[in-house]
Amino acid sequence: MTETLIWTVVALILIGVYLSWTAGRLDRLHSRIDAARAALDAQLLRRASVTQELATSGVLDPAASIVLYEAAHAARQAEEDHREVAESELSQALRAVFGEPEQMEVVRAAPGGEEAAGELAQAVRRVPMARRFHNDSVRAARALRRHRKVRWFRLAGHAPFPLAFEMDDEPPVALADRPV
Amino acid sequence: MKIGIVCPYSWDVPGGVQFHIRDLAEHLVRLGHEVSVLAPADDETPLPPYVVSAGRAVPVSYNGSVARLSFGFLSAARVRRWLHDGTFDVVHIHEPTSPSLGLLTCWAAQGPIVATFHTSNPRSRAMLAAYPILQPALEKISARIAVSEYARRTLVEHLGGDAVVIPNGVDVDFFARAEPKKEWQGETLGFIGRIDEPRKGLPVLMRALPRILTERPGARLLVAGRGDEEEAVASLPREMRSRVEFLGMVSDEDKARLLRSVDVYVAPNTGGESFGIILVEALSAGAPVLASDLDAFAQVLDQGAAGELFANEDADALASAAIRLLGDEERRAGLSARGSAHVRRFDWATVGADILAVYETVTDGAAAVDTDERVTLRSRLGL
Repeated sequence: MTETLIWTVVALILIGVYLSWTAGRLDRLHSRIDAARAALDAQLLRRASVTQELATSGVLDPAASIVLYEAAHAARQAEEDHREVAESELSQALRAVFGEPEQMEVVRAAPGGEEAAGELAQAVRRVPMARRFHNDSVRAARALRRHRKVRWFRLAGHAPFPLAFEMDDEPPVALADRPV
Repeated sequence: MKIGIVCPYSWDVPGGVQFHIRDLAEHLVRLGHEVSVLAPADDETPLPPYVVSAGRAVPVSYNGSVARLSFGFLSAARVRRWLHDGTFDVVHIHEPTSPSLGLLTCWAAQGPIVATFHTSNPRSRAMLAAYPILQPALEKISARIAVSEYARRTLVEHLGGDAVVIPNGVDVDFFARAEPKKEWQGETLGFIGRIDEPRKGLPVLMRALPRILTERPGARLLVAGRGDEEEAVASLPREMRSRVEFLGMVSDEDKARLLRSVDVYVAPNTGGESFGIILVEALSAGAPVLASDLDAFAQVLDQGAAGELFANEDADALASAAIRLLGDEERRAGLSARGSAHVRRFDWATVGADILAVYETVTDGAAAVDTDERVTLRSRLGL
């Protein structure tokens, strides 16, 4: 009788340790998602600001300037549930304007253009990077959260189910130094 | 930035991953970053100032070949101490799935962790069994890098998730500026790699050689690499054996000079390549390249635009392509020019900037790397 009791207690403690460890894992994954999301937000904002700067600089023709300005403005003002679409549209606008290498040459030739072009090139290449890291962490968290032990014992608490950030982030050919 | 890099394989043994880490570390140091590399090494091996030894590595059979790895209680303690003393902004682990320092670091660290996956192994039973063991450690990696699109695909297939592609770097100018050597010039084919490792493809080249040597009476083959030379030429007719020259192990300088001298560089590898750094080196030296059409090779050669491809393991196709190339100087010059332009994207200047961009993305606003203190049940329950 006592022996059974001891074994039951030991088993319960082991299960408790295991669940606690799993909760810790999940906790870490959630903070990884938060950090990745913050990094993605920073890169998206950087891209939109550089685009807006270029659009208002007067280096580009008025039509291209308007297209870029509108897209960058929409991306910055977008509500959370419309954000993926707005950012994708900014990617498309950038591809439309900077599709030809000649357009980049014009920007580079303007005073201070070299820096602006460099900044834009950096921004359009870091957005896909940050997005992959974000979606990778979301995938890891979702895989763990779908597990029975996490659902039955509600180890995730009230944290919302993580969602991937889906958008078109293909950089313009003239700005991507290499095929990704 | 304070950067910690973890090398899973023994520093004493030359290998692709080790060279990559050495070049990356030196590139980052030149840019003014503080770099520390943790690697297994024998006590008596002289180490560069930026390398910290994690003790001797043990040779174990892993993944089809014998690798020298570090694991166990002592190694884990060394990893913890290195992490604790280093206070790195970011830790960059190489080959995190191999049972060595990389995996130990993943397990012991918290904070921004970047990992590069070099190999792309086909899915194995062992890998499937190891998956639940690896997963909690691999979950901590904030950014994954794959060295090629092919490596990325295998990674996604095995572990899920995603990765960015950043190729391995090469010091392009080192190869581009090397001085060609007179005695290695004049209708020469070049091969660099382990002679006794069938995956490197020397047997395929040997099968193709009789036809090449018959049709091009002036042609010679230069082979640089370790292995049994007698055995390698055993399949050749006796009178042709003198036209294969073995150079043994060559220094980096001689490798560059060899690549600058040869008329065609042949890479007949039959598999197991996830990147193909030797092709990038050959392109840097301006050598026209003829390679088997492995996924990874086709990608480095821009699907055949920067070098010629032949059907893998097809000795006849290799012979025909080599004969055509040796007889067509214009085509060789064209390949050399296109290759030299294409290879710039693999230069450390570009690759290093990309890797730094990854570091900056994951460290933006994050705390420094530290050892992962286990949270006890007591504290979690608030006792």
